[in-house]
Amino acid sequence: MGAYIFGRSLSAVPTLFGVLTIVFVLIRIAPGDPALAILGDNASQEALDAFRERMGLNEPILAQYLDFLTQIARGSLGDSMVSGKPVLDSVFEVLPYTLELAFAAIVIGVIIGVPLGIWAALTRDGWVDNTLRVISLLGLSFPAFLTAILLILWLAIEVPLFPVISNPDGALGARLYNLFLPAFSLGLILVAYVVRTTRSSMLDVLSEDYIRTARAKGAPGRRLIYHHALRNALIPIVTVVGLYFGLLIGNSVLTEIVFNRPGLGKLIVLSLNQRDYTTLQGLLVVVAFMVVLVNLLTDLVYGLIDPRVKFK
Amino acid sequence: MSQEHQNTQIGAAGSIALETENKLGGNKKTLLVRVGDYTVENPLTVIGTVIFLAIVILSAFAPFFATHDPLEQNILSRLEDRSAEHLLGTDMFGRDTWSRILYGLQLSLIIGLLSTALALVFGTALGILAGYRGGWTDIIIMRVMDMLLAFPTLITGLLIVAVLGANFVNIVLAITVTIIPMFARVARAPTIALKEREFVESCRAMGYSDLRIMIFHITPNVIGEVMVLASLWAAYAIRIEAYLSFIGLGVAPPTPTLGTMIREGFEFILDAPYVSIYPGLAVLIVVLALNLIGDGLRDSIDPKLRD
Repeated sequence: MGAYIFGRSLSAVPTLFGVLTIVFVLIRIAPGDPALAILGDNASQEALDAFRERMGLNEPILAQYLDFLTQIARGSLGDSMVSGKPVLDSVFEVLPYTLELAFAAIVIGVIIGVPLGIWAALTRDGWVDNTLRVISLLGLSFPAFLTAILLILWLAIEVPLFPVISNPDGALGARLYNLFLPAFSLGLILVAYVVRTTRSSMLDVLSEDYIRTARAKGAPGRRLIYHHALRNALIPIVTVVGLYFGLLIGNSVLTEIVFNRPGLGKLIVLSLNQRDYTTLQGLLVVVAFMVVLVNLLTDLVYGLIDPRVKFK
Repeated sequence: MSQEHQNTQIGAAGSIALETENKLGGNKKTLLVRVGDYTVENPLTVIGTVIFLAIVILSAFAPFFATHDPLEQNILSRLEDRSAEHLLGTDMFGRDTWSRILYGLQLSLIIGLLSTALALVFGTALGILAGYRGGWTDIIIMRVMDMLLAFPTLITGLLIVAVLGANFVNIVLAITVTIIPMFARVARAPTIALKEREFVESCRAMGYSDLRIMIFHITPNVIGEVMVLASLWAAYAIRIEAYLSFIGLGVAPPTPTLGTMIREGFEFILDAPYVSIYPGLAVLIVVLALNLIGDGLRDSIDPKLRD
């Protein structure tokens, strides 16, 4: 197990390194001069020069790249080109909002998705299964903003149960209450994936010999499903949830815009509009690192649940 | 060894290769038959196909089916609900929503299908190359694909378009880049199995170049699986285009795009929710149609793939 954790963690290093390189290159191929973009066309030559000097834009590209890597190694993401504030501070200011949104969406996705998936597997090819199949396909196809808009119309305007604009702060109760609608709209996407995975993975497990043995030994149906089958069926579900973490972070951009909530997504759009390349660079590093980290954790959890998994 | 003898040897090897390939060709036929059978058995796929074709026809002949000029403004009839005059109402400039949706769908389909096709070509090529060559080529290609996958697709797309500028070419480029890794992954796996097969070995024995083997002997055997998944990713591509234009990184106005229409309509959600809902439903319907097609086709290729 120790070797597995070590090997798998080590294999994430080149990916992270590559991710940093991709971010660096992407930001640098942007057409236009960032100094001009930020200071405006009327800026004096001295101001432009000073800005370039301060941001290290005059140095050769390789030196800039090395600077960027050393900076990251020291745990800093540099300062914002626009506000001069450390990028890490702005990221940590909004990161909790996106994380709580994604986490709540995962909880909702699993709570609704797993039981529905089990139900579909138990009624295989019956009308429940077929209906759930159509519904989950519909769920997969729903554009994230449409779900958000319809939920606002229905649960915030038609029946004013929840606020239209999600105020993310306050006491725990109020915070959860405000979080519900955005998290539900984001979680619904995940429900569809979880239903499908749970169904197929339950069907796989239910056809295995040990289930037949347990059944032959007289294990009651409920115990058979929840104790014997579900535990093994959970492995692919964990993987799917891990895999779609990235999708949730991506889609949270839309959810945050529609519900007017602070978060990584809104910060990305804001820094794009302001052409704040250092903030953008830092944000991308954080997002990509989170996705790589979650994939790593997923693999480790996978190894914990299923001792047969070995690092190759 | 006489020249003649050598020729007969190559001939023999060639005929073995041909035979094996014919057998594989036979398999492909049964695959097609299986697809056909399945389609008959599975009404959802047929429904998806019919809806998709209807959308293609409606948007391809948008000038014919549109009731108004999609850009024509009429301040006197703004934010109207459905009527005989305006089938799906009007937006805040009094432009006809139905006509704008048709032109928006046209653009969505062109961008979605074009970027899927490009990603299919490049992604499949990279996947086959990685799988066939193995070793360092494989490691480097697949590592880069993994790195691209570390960014949520929407964020990659958003970044590329924002950095390069929001126009048709860059949007297609951005979506293509985000879905290339998925095609590469799908094409790589069967290639690894195929390259060990006898028909590939006999091709090699006959001195065919690697390029020729990859293009003419591996690709035809991989393409079926890739094409099936292409419909699912076309759905994905269309959704990303809508997301990008919703965020404000779409093809520039006044060209109607579904995402822009939704964003503009969202400002009037209290008074006129239908302005943003109809284009939203248009995105849903086209994505659903493609998903229905892809889901059914995937089942017919491998029922176990249904996840």
